[in-house]
Amino acid sequence: MKLSIIIGLLLSGIVLIVSCQSDDQLEYARYYSTGRVLYQSKCQNCHGKNGEGLQSLIPPLTDSVYLKRNKELLACSVKYGLKGKLNIAQKYFDGQMPASDITGVELAEVLTYINNSFGNKLGVVTTQMVNEGLNKCN
Amino acid sequence: MRKVLIAAAIILLNSACKFNGDKKKLPIYGNRQTVTKTANGQTVTDTVYQTIPAFKFTNQYGDSISNKTLDGYIYVADFFFTTCPSICPVMHRNMLDVYNTFKNTPNFKIISHTIDPQHDSVPLLKKYADKLGVTGNTWWFVQGKKEDTYKLSESYLVRPPQEDAKQGFIHDGSFLLIDKQKRVRGAYDGTDPKQVSKLIDDIKILLADPEQAAKK
Repeated sequence: MKLSIIIGLLLSGIVLIVSCQSDDQLEYARYYSTGRVLYQSKCQNCHGKNGEGLQSLIPPLTDSVYLKRNKELLACSVKYGLKGKLNIAQKYFDGQMPASDITGVELAEVLTYINNSFGNKLGVVTTQMVNEGLNKCN
Repeated sequence: MRKVLIAAAIILLNSACKFNGDKKKLPIYGNRQTVTKTANGQTVTDTVYQTIPAFKFTNQYGDSISNKTLDGYIYVADFFFTTCPSICPVMHRNMLDVYNTFKNTPNFKIISHTIDPQHDSVPLLKKYADKLGVTGNTWWFVQGKKEDTYKLSESYLVRPPQEDAKQGFIHDGSFLLIDKQKRVRGAYDGTDPKQVSKLIDDIKILLADPEQAAKK
């Protein structure tokens, strides 16, 4: 008898917590965890486990200011690659990032992960934001 | 009884320390042949191990590097190319640990062979080294004839590189530890930080090996 009351209380507690999470938070959590898997398979070799990059060869992903300023262009960079001079984390880079086969919702997921890892806290990147960004690619 | 136990424990501990103090020896890899010779009327059987054959390449400073340049050095070799999108950044992120540990150690070198010499010219290798933060003469990035590099990779017990339409080249991410007699003493997955820290430990063992210390 006592046990069933405790279980009942616990269950109702869980329901309360879950229902308190807004849709946005759920979407964020889903994007973030799928994004992490994508990051590990498509980005980590070069940018590193902790987004640290590689010396002056590969830029780190820890520069929140750069990420914020280029928020709209990030989808283009991931999808089509990036070439030319960059100033990231007070360092100059002049390499080339290859294009990737990450598309659609995956871009939103991987960008949500990057924008909220390695010390960045820039919030969710939605597919709508990605699509708007992709329309402005050079 | 108690005193006996304590004494036993001390003896055990002591011998355990002695056991740890023994210098470990690294294995020797590759094909081997036994050669029987007659010297001074006595028959002597000797083991001949596989060694890295003669080679000649150019490093990032434009200096000529041959097997002779490496006489008297223990070295680590790997194969890469600067535009490699897959495993090379991981390999050289890990190799930087090896470099930073031993950059001031005499008798030690790292040789990274580019498998794309057509693109990776000497100035480009210098630029790559600079960007990686590599200075001095501990870590050389070398290029030469493609056929020579591919052929040489076989004697390092590495899977020879293959050209691939999508990735450019598919190649092996191994780090090879070579001793002063030019024998392969270890092979490590350069993409795995755990294996690379094993490599660092093994380099220390090899540097301390009396046989290596005696060899000029």
